[in-house]
Amino acid sequence: MRTENQKAWFFVLPVLALVAFNALVPMMTVVNYSVQETFGNNQFFWEGLGWFEQILRSDRFQAALGRQFLFTFLILLIEVPLGIIVALSMPRKGFWVPVCLVLMALPMLIPWNVVGSMWNIFTLPKIGLLGYFLNDVLGINYDMTQQPLSAWITVVVMDVWHWTSLVVLLCYAGLVSIPDAYYQAAKIDGASPWSVFRYIQLPKMKTVLTIAVLLRFMDSFNIYTEPFVLTGGGPGNSTTLLSIDLVKIALGQFDLGPAAAMSLIYFAITLLVSWVFYTLMTKDDAQ
Amino acid sequence: MAQIKLSNLKHSYMPTPAGPEDYALKEIDVTWRDGGAYALLGPSGCGKSTLLNIISGLLTPSEGQILFDNHDVTALPPDQRNIAQVFQFPVIYDTMTVGENLAFPLKNRGVDPATIKRRVDEIAEMLDVTDMLGTKASGLSPDNKQKISMGRGLVRDDVNAVMFDEPLTVIDPHLKWKLRSKLKELHQRVQATMIYVTHDQTEALTFADEVVVMQEGEVVQIGTPVELFERPQHTFVGHFIGSPGMNVLPCQAKGDRAVFEGHEVVLEGSTHGDGGRTDLGIRPEYIGFGDTGIPAHVTKVSDIGRHYVVSAMVGNTALKVVTEHSVPEPGSEVFLQFKPEQSRVYRDGWIATKERAQ
Repeated sequence: MRTENQKAWFFVLPVLALVAFNALVPMMTVVNYSVQETFGNNQFFWEGLGWFEQILRSDRFQAALGRQFLFTFLILLIEVPLGIIVALSMPRKGFWVPVCLVLMALPMLIPWNVVGSMWNIFTLPKIGLLGYFLNDVLGINYDMTQQPLSAWITVVVMDVWHWTSLVVLLCYAGLVSIPDAYYQAAKIDGASPWSVFRYIQLPKMKTVLTIAVLLRFMDSFNIYTEPFVLTGGGPGNSTTLLSIDLVKIALGQFDLGPAAAMSLIYFAITLLVSWVFYTLMTKDDAQ
Repeated sequence: MAQIKLSNLKHSYMPTPAGPEDYALKEIDVTWRDGGAYALLGPSGCGKSTLLNIISGLLTPSEGQILFDNHDVTALPPDQRNIAQVFQFPVIYDTMTVGENLAFPLKNRGVDPATIKRRVDEIAEMLDVTDMLGTKASGLSPDNKQKISMGRGLVRDDVNAVMFDEPLTVIDPHLKWKLRSKLKELHQRVQATMIYVTHDQTEALTFADEVVVMQEGEVVQIGTPVELFERPQHTFVGHFIGSPGMNVLPCQAKGDRAVFEGHEVVLEGSTHGDGGRTDLGIRPEYIGFGDTGIPAHVTKVSDIGRHYVVSAMVGNTALKVVTEHSVPEPGSEVFLQFKPEQSRVYRDGWIATKERAQ
């Protein structure tokens, strides 16, 4: 006997309520703010799409967005190949496997603001270990509190240090799932190490790499705490990424309308780019 | 194509093996004729895959030599031995088409495109995959994938040997016989030495001209399927091959007679050696019913389709009899007659009767 009814929806209700409470309602508040102007006293004036237009046209937003894309592009360019290389050079079996895995997981276990503080102290010109070493031992003029280039390099290196492990672990999981027979067959077929990578390892890592790239894109595009603690967005505005700028507008200037509009634009861009990434990377599988 | 000779081959997975029990392979000496079809048969863990990997060069043996046409290849890596191997699970390169898969080993060896195309077309025709050459290999069914991995081995015309490591494990039963006959046909066409590893006696006996039976890292018997069936050199072979396997019955032996449960049995010839564990070995097919003979109590009769398997007790020993007609009732008392030329004595597992002069 098979009965069909819609009772299963009741099981979904608690989740729906929970999500509504912590996501949908706050989200709608943001939408609400983004189309109105308020001067306090709970008085609101209809603004239409004015805030959106103002944000999209502002040089400040465009500059922050540009920096954000540059940052995400750089860290993907470094972390993905580096992660693959590290995963390939990790041992597949034996005593060193758990050691490597734990070492790899360590950076990811450190809270974001602690990472920021660590790198701040590490790179300060006179007192930081790295800052002192670069300036006073190697004689390289490096000061991430004063020079935009130094600040950028530090922020990027910090993110690489913090998050390459994620790519490594995901790739490693893909690699260990390849049966030995594949490597043996490749040996017998006379395949070069490059061919083994190109035709065996890379195809088998593809699924996990897609996930790794997506996660790294979203995380780096929404990054806030680490650069905020390290440089505070400076020197000047040179490392003010989108989220840092957003917080400045929302909580620094209390411009809730423009901040809400910016949040929604920000969200839309993240969603759009993720979707494009995902569609492109899984295109072949659909065939 | 080459003759393959394994000389004093031993292998241990431990760096410093202490005794014989540390060896996965204990002293193997075999010569395989050029162009022959051989099977390595044995239960899981008997060392047959180890032996295969040593021949293909994926493993280096602890001791001994491998000779291809009297040329020592023990130290050569797999790609320089010119062997092909088909694995338990089909190995194909997912991102390539069927054609590219077949061309891969030739491309890696820098063969010119015209020759590659000619060879790939030839092999595709042989394997009946010509119409799939342009399709992606990842979407194929397991039996076609296995054909492609076979084809990658055969595409080189200089292969010394093709090895199969339980290649039909993941194939659907109804396709197994198809692929098996394809294999047989291929062997006749390419005339390469083929070595087939399996734990399935049907596969081994149908594929091979000669079967190597292994147990616990040792070669127990090498022979044609008929030899293995008719005159097992070891109780293991007798029991492993045949369905049901050979009856192994504890006995005492003297001269050309054995005494089993107080009944005298005439043997194929005189026994040699003494002491140790002594058993009488006779296949269920060679025991018949008669008016006189060894009295037995029938406990069970199973209809296998082509024949009946009768389980019976003689004294306290259970044995099986295969018969096509004159089936006794369960619970009845019968008389068993053992064929003298198929009754042998085994001491500590090994055969201990002289073959009767023909």
